[in-house]
Amino acid sequence: MKNEKKVDYKKDKKRLDGRKMDELRPIKIDVGVIPNADGSAYLEWGQNKVYAAVYGPREALPKHSADPLKAVVKVEYRMTSFSVPQRKRPGPNRRDQEISKVLGEALAKTIFVEQFPNTEIGVYVEVVDSNAGSRVACLTAASCALADAGIPMRDMVSATGIGKAFNELVVDLNKDEEDAPDAVDIPIGILPNSEEIVLLQLDGLLTIKEWEQVSKMGVKSCKNVYEIQKQALKKKFELGDAGKKIVELKEDKTVKKKVKK
Amino acid sequence: MRSTILESEIQKVIALAREEKRIDGRKLDEMREIKIETGMSENAEGSTIVTLGKTKVIAGLKMDIGTPYPDNQDEGSISIGAENLPLAHADYESGRPGNDEVELARVVDRAIRESKAIDFKKLCIIEGEKVWIGYLDFYTLNGDGNLFDAGSIASLITFNNAKMPKLDSENKIILHEYSGKLKLSRQPLLTTFVKVGGKILLDPTFIEEKSAEARFSVGTTEDGFISAMQKGIGGSFTFEEINKMIEIAFKNSEKIRKQIAKI
Repeated sequence: MKNEKKVDYKKDKKRLDGRKMDELRPIKIDVGVIPNADGSAYLEWGQNKVYAAVYGPREALPKHSADPLKAVVKVEYRMTSFSVPQRKRPGPNRRDQEISKVLGEALAKTIFVEQFPNTEIGVYVEVVDSNAGSRVACLTAASCALADAGIPMRDMVSATGIGKAFNELVVDLNKDEEDAPDAVDIPIGILPNSEEIVLLQLDGLLTIKEWEQVSKMGVKSCKNVYEIQKQALKKKFELGDAGKKIVELKEDKTVKKKVKK
Repeated sequence: MRSTILESEIQKVIALAREEKRIDGRKLDEMREIKIETGMSENAEGSTIVTLGKTKVIAGLKMDIGTPYPDNQDEGSISIGAENLPLAHADYESGRPGNDEVELARVVDRAIRESKAIDFKKLCIIEGEKVWIGYLDFYTLNGDGNLFDAGSIASLITFNNAKMPKLDSENKIILHEYSGKLKLSRQPLLTTFVKVGGKILLDPTFIEEKSAEARFSVGTTEDGFISAMQKGIGGSFTFEEINKMIEIAFKNSEKIRKQIAKI
């Protein structure tokens, strides 16, 4: 920390980057950015920049990985070597493996996996720039990519970081806040319509009371993320003016035909 | 191993090539459109996304401090890596870089290294002890062939725009602070061709690469030097064909250099 002065969010009423305690960093989502993929999304969340792509349902490989009762959701979370301040060695590390596992489990809950026995749904997320919260950014992007791929889902998955920094409860911690002496980092992902929790991790020390308070802030923020996801998907799939006209014309014809009959 | 390419598609590409036609309507010596974006990764010392038709790669550079090689005590170095991400094509597998990716990275590396565009002596911090090592890694985000040229363009631009990290009094990197740029004295670029149905095609797509009997890449500089060559895949070329490709490569790379200079 460059800041020598003691930072105390309770007194300052404002965060180091000027945000309110329950304010998310700016989020931008583009759907359908990787032409080869069945579904894809690019997401910017503050400084975090991630790509997500979905392939499948397709033949499960290796063959013994197939499940005769449902699709296997395979998630791979990776970071490019230059996405972090200190160069990351290529190849997955233990952190990448753990994140891949929990993200896969979070998504498996929402996908109708029982509709696609013996197949795999490959979800690949790549972080190209990062500043705390890349896993929730990836989960949010992956959920958009799955929707783009037309994979049947019970709900979207919307995620955010919540926790504590500099003596106050906050949402969406950035790197400076994650490095605070009292930092508590809680990545949380929910199904926004049913409020079921599908991703939950915690690093740090928190009282029950603080948890009750901050989890409420988390649900609210996830719902905000959900709205951004919906807008991004609508932007791709909503008809433009030309498309709307074609539909109108088609509808007119059917009306006329019925009248003739 | 996954393969989503059908044999019938390959036969179609070969039949078209024999009539000097391409599946996307390009001329045999026509390059696809190139789009360039830079500086997307704030944590990198330089970063570039190059879109070549539907092929898309992202390159990023991290400067690190290492020890010099025993035979070059006063020289730093560069290291280039390439990875075909499984998100970029249904046929790409995850895991350690395979032979194709290692070859790809090494050819892109050679074109830049051997052109002497980067003065390794200037990357020396303390002779025999501390030198700069530039780790450039590029990743395929959407794979539609000719990763050699896309990777080469992305790597060159990334080096061109690279900021040098600032060092403290003990020669340790101060994060997020920079002093000056890495200067390149030449602009080497790879140009890649494949031979399909006996014809030479510039800038092959994924399906054209799968249909190819041979591949050739040549690194050229703006001042008339060849800095790297690589013949790939089973087939062969005549000397006449090689010389013709080198000639096209010099002309074609000049156009790309003009586009790069505009950034």
